[in-house]
Amino acid sequence: MRIELEKRPKVSVLFSIFSPFIALILTLIAGAIMFAMLGKDPGYALYSFFIEPLMEVWSLHELAIKAGPLILIAVGLSVCYRSNNWNIGAEGQFIMGAIAGSIIPVVFYEWQSPLVLPLMLVMGMLGGALFAGIPAFLKAHMNTNEILTSLMLVYVAQLFLDWLVRGPWRNPGGMNFPETRTFGAEAILPEMLASGRAHWGFAFAIIAAILVWLMMRFTLKGFEITVLGQSERAGRFAGFSSRKMIWFSMLLSGALAGLAGISEVSGAIQQLRPVISPGYGFTAIIVAFLGRLNPLGIVASGLVLALTYLGGEAAQLSLGVSDKVTRVFQGLLLFFVLSCDTLLHFKIRMVWADLNDTVKDTH
Amino acid sequence: MKKLLFALATSAAVLGFTAAASAQDKAKICFVYVGSKTDGGWTQAHDIGRQELEKALGDKIETQFLENVPEGPDAERAIERLARSGCGVIFTTSFGFMDATIKIAEKFPDVKFEHATGYKSAPNVATYNSRFYEGRYIQGQIAAKISQKGEAGYIASFPIPEVVMGINSFLIGARSVNPEFKIKVVWANTWFDPGKEADAAKALIDQGVDVITQHTDTTAPMQVAAERGIKAFGQASDMIKAGPETQLTAIVDTWGSYYIKRTQAFLDGKWETTSSWDGLKDGILTMAPYTNMPDDVKKMAEETEAKIKSGELKPFTGPLKKQDGSEWLAAGASADDGTLLGMNFYVEGVDDKLPQ
Repeated sequence: MRIELEKRPKVSVLFSIFSPFIALILTLIAGAIMFAMLGKDPGYALYSFFIEPLMEVWSLHELAIKAGPLILIAVGLSVCYRSNNWNIGAEGQFIMGAIAGSIIPVVFYEWQSPLVLPLMLVMGMLGGALFAGIPAFLKAHMNTNEILTSLMLVYVAQLFLDWLVRGPWRNPGGMNFPETRTFGAEAILPEMLASGRAHWGFAFAIIAAILVWLMMRFTLKGFEITVLGQSERAGRFAGFSSRKMIWFSMLLSGALAGLAGISEVSGAIQQLRPVISPGYGFTAIIVAFLGRLNPLGIVASGLVLALTYLGGEAAQLSLGVSDKVTRVFQGLLLFFVLSCDTLLHFKIRMVWADLNDTVKDTH
Repeated sequence: MKKLLFALATSAAVLGFTAAASAQDKAKICFVYVGSKTDGGWTQAHDIGRQELEKALGDKIETQFLENVPEGPDAERAIERLARSGCGVIFTTSFGFMDATIKIAEKFPDVKFEHATGYKSAPNVATYNSRFYEGRYIQGQIAAKISQKGEAGYIASFPIPEVVMGINSFLIGARSVNPEFKIKVVWANTWFDPGKEADAAKALIDQGVDVITQHTDTTAPMQVAAERGIKAFGQASDMIKAGPETQLTAIVDTWGSYYIKRTQAFLDGKWETTSSWDGLKDGILTMAPYTNMPDDVKKMAEETEAKIKSGELKPFTGPLKKQDGSEWLAAGASADDGTLLGMNFYVEGVDDKLPQ
């Protein structure tokens, strides 16, 4: 017996809907096997990993806090990746957005006005967009590889933030510790509901996802993105400029990453610190692909990935397993999603006949 | 599928019930770690303290911990999760957990919190710290005796008072033996990064120092020192395994006694918020065995340790000058704790500019 992959004439509609779910189920099965091998009750383990965090209101808020930046960044990245622009530096744009947005509450902390928060958000988006503009400029005008430049700029942003919070922006009343002054009340992104900590950053993420989905689906711009992404030549014949697309997609994803940055700082941390992101910009790349570069899919995949973080913590407490389990689940999920995507383009065929027999028959 | 769901639900219910039953019998004492509990340094020392606590009071309490918790919003969630899961006392064991601890403590006034190395407290938040600098003074003296070149390398993490205090204490100790002694400082800007710490160690050794010490948490510098055949000091945990021929001694954090003392107070209903800053004499830090050094150096180190324990010797005692040459402490005067905890200047002789 052997297994053959047979190319489908066209992409399977059925599997394009079901393959993420198949992947999820396979992940659960593999996870159950892993827990069983660790000597834990797999049923209880999966329950505490995937269900328990969803059972309490405070925990749902935490899920929204974690998922918000992931979704916001990934939505922007999806536009980039669809148009064949490989922005890997969302982490840096996140940080620069956070820094630009924090200028008002840190440097002009005495200015109190209802305008403070909206201005911070706009400046955050500008900061992220301008920082993404560097690799965009380099690619559009000097033909530089944007994967390298955007990635390298992440370190620039991280070190710039590090320098700011240790140097000019250090909190004068903070005992020399590396952090800025805490934001005033008018500079803090409010909570959405009274029942928990989740702030408006999550709402921004959902709104951005819907808007980008509408754009991709119903506007000429969306068509332009898809065409240029699939074939630059075809796009040129249609009169689309790939150079303008570089600018558009990079600035858009930079702005969304910047908005995620300032929302995180203003809503969740409320000051700048040497490290403000546990790698959201990089995890968002996984989120974008898990969501198949579809903004609505990204909302779902962002929530799932956020859940693996919360679940990992819950599992540490209730099962006493290592926090590495979180990483294992994220890896399993990505692995199965990518391999299930094979089903979109290929049919699986079992070939039962013995190969040797067939060979003999032909003689 | 339905069967599977049912099995999930029932097993969850059963286990949930047993967990709840055992939680009622014993008080839960919880820990939040910034690193991995097997990091060979800072977090491992806390985890050993937790194990000692379990050994001592295991019939009345059980312990739980969360490891590799990043500082920031993730820490808030982790601490809140512990508070909600019924922990009586929560030890948050990194400086960066300070604001998160204070925030969650406001929401859970009945839970007791203990924050390591911070400076903010509340009616239900106590702080605890250790006078690591006492150990660094002894290290400085040993380094001055051992070094042929009269210069030590210092791998520092972040320019916060805690670390600056350590550098100063090391140099004051060294200069009490060799008034010309110098140190070179490299800022690794991390608590825990084997790669960066190893690079820092290599850079220092390439610049010609022949003994190094560290205020970062991994054993990487010790391993580099062992490869290059120079001597080094361990940090937070006894790192002798990483450098059997290399480690002179190590500052070993022994939090266990503190954890037992505070948990006992909690069980007795006598827990109060405190700001504890104990030293060598209280056993919250100990020196790893003095190894790989001549007997006379060992003898000197032991004598100094005894003098610090008895209170006869205080590392920060004048006459001392600041790095810029201005007077700091007159002869015989000792620095008060407030100055130490906010320390943002070097003493004379440090060959480095403090990042400002």
